[in-house]
Amino acid sequence: MMRFVLAMLVALFAGSFGALAQDQAPLHITITDGVIEPLPFAIAGFIPETPDATDVAAQLTQVVSSDLTGTGLFREIAKSAYIQNITNFDTPVNYSDWQAINAQALVVGSVAMSGGKVVVKFRLFDVFSGQQMGEGQQLAASPGSWRRLAHKVSDVIYSRITGEGPYFDSRVVFVSETGPKNARQKRLAVMDYDGANVTYLTDASTIVLAPRFSRDGTRVLYTTFETGFPRIKMLDVATASARLLPDVPGTMTFAPRFSPDGNKVVYSLEQNGNTDLWMMDIASGQTQRLTTSPSIETSPSFSPDGSRIVFESDRSGTQQLYIMSAGGGDATRISFGDGRYSTPVWSPRGDMIAFTKQNSGRFHIGVMRTDGSEERLLTSSFLDEGPTWSPNGRVIMFTRETPGAQGEAALYSVDISGRNLKKVPTPGPASDPAWSPLLP
Amino acid sequence: MNFATKAALAVAILGLAACSNPDKYGSGATGPGGTLGPAGAGITQGGINDPNSPAYFSQTIGDMVHFSVDQSTLSDTARGILTQQASWLVSHPSYTAIIEGHADEQGTREYNLALGARRANAAQEFLVSQGVAGNRLRTVSYGKERPLAICSTEECYAKNRRAVTVISQSAAGS
Repeated sequence: MMRFVLAMLVALFAGSFGALAQDQAPLHITITDGVIEPLPFAIAGFIPETPDATDVAAQLTQVVSSDLTGTGLFREIAKSAYIQNITNFDTPVNYSDWQAINAQALVVGSVAMSGGKVVVKFRLFDVFSGQQMGEGQQLAASPGSWRRLAHKVSDVIYSRITGEGPYFDSRVVFVSETGPKNARQKRLAVMDYDGANVTYLTDASTIVLAPRFSRDGTRVLYTTFETGFPRIKMLDVATASARLLPDVPGTMTFAPRFSPDGNKVVYSLEQNGNTDLWMMDIASGQTQRLTTSPSIETSPSFSPDGSRIVFESDRSGTQQLYIMSAGGGDATRISFGDGRYSTPVWSPRGDMIAFTKQNSGRFHIGVMRTDGSEERLLTSSFLDEGPTWSPNGRVIMFTRETPGAQGEAALYSVDISGRNLKKVPTPGPASDPAWSPLLP
Repeated sequence: MNFATKAALAVAILGLAACSNPDKYGSGATGPGGTLGPAGAGITQGGINDPNSPAYFSQTIGDMVHFSVDQSTLSDTARGILTQQASWLVSHPSYTAIIEGHADEQGTREYNLALGARRANAAQEFLVSQGVAGNRLRTVSYGKERPLAICSTEECYAKNRRAVTVISQSAAGS
């Protein structure tokens, strides 16, 4: 269904255009800073080098611009302000022309159609230091994957300037919703992180909930009511074929998540009204009970090294967050603020836990350190829930639902600094996003 | 299969479910305000005054009990309704029941599934304590996925925090 043929060639250019050594600190944004003035940049190109590359060059320029400005960290300078007209990829950059319009970063790129592939070359310049940032790169892909090429280019630019890991070349699996609030129809869908290339993975014949990617991005676990009861299903993203995981009759199973190695699933199993956490080995179907408490234990999430699990439990009387060993046993409570804490998700960097918090009739998405310190609420609304991390651990996507009979769910994203809250475009109402890892 | 065909198929499946099981998400789902709508009226055998009819069970006795915020404890009212449900089920052994637990929207999705299961289980245990054989009962939770009332105030939330006893005639029955 989604077969990306992305042959990537990384060629190195000797990018020495007589760097004028100026008294400037190297270009850099630290994205954890509280308030940031977006960094002005210019894209001179991507210049089409073959006539049949004109359209894709324009589209690719648009996507790179949209990736960068969409972070809230960058502001694109209008092309009408450009002084130097760069018409060739190898034209030397006249830094003073770009300094004059206060472009701090400059991207010069080109696109050619060659051997049935789209070939992109680009260089990034630190205008005020008067030098190229990193080496020039060349990437190639089949024409159908031009958006991925654009995201790869954006990822390189973003990473070089921020020092953070890339995340634009990634996908999001989510639940697409239609119909009235009391008869909602739900389908699994997957799309690029920016809402492009939506593909539906299931039909609307039954309720589906809370999909989650494996760390390699090839499989998705989700909860389905297709048997009439909540059951866990594992789907192969490439073929959209899926199978129910084995269960015990008379129980409900839900809230699945892959172990980092992809071999196990941690999930909730309800029996006689009591919900506990269990682990299943996918290959053998063998299960192991992790908690034995009369309270509700659900929404488990592994640490990136697979050694620990963060989950929510109401064993104290209200929903709170706990961490235990991946083998089960004693758990340590990490949330202590006012209100109820739920849906914890371990950051891919390992340093933070994202969560949902309910307090005084409002819902929040927040983050805290894994020991519960430095709690920070990033959002507030009638109903925000279910955070998922970008592959670089710097952005969180979640579900926001509006109140009332006409209430609808939508996907939103926000920086872990609480900045740049925005709606993620989807074809209609949507919920339960789960971000993939960075694509290969 | 194109989108239009898929959509038509989905509607057909839903329509089928509505016909074979009007009380799938509680009797209110068949019509506004909790009254039995046309879909349910069309297949119900016997009226609400016929003590042997499913309509009597769902309407006259009441197939639904309600819960406080974030609670699964049965109120006296709920116990009263469940006592009558149990007595009907004991005298109509050809019926089995699925007890659906539901939550209002003031909670996260997975917690609400677990909370709905607690509510369904509380109702089931009470029915068993009143003499209904446990093997005639099953529970399921819909969490907050199938609200009966769709406003976002306590008036609606109170209706949505429910356990619904959905009866059906078992294949082996009369």
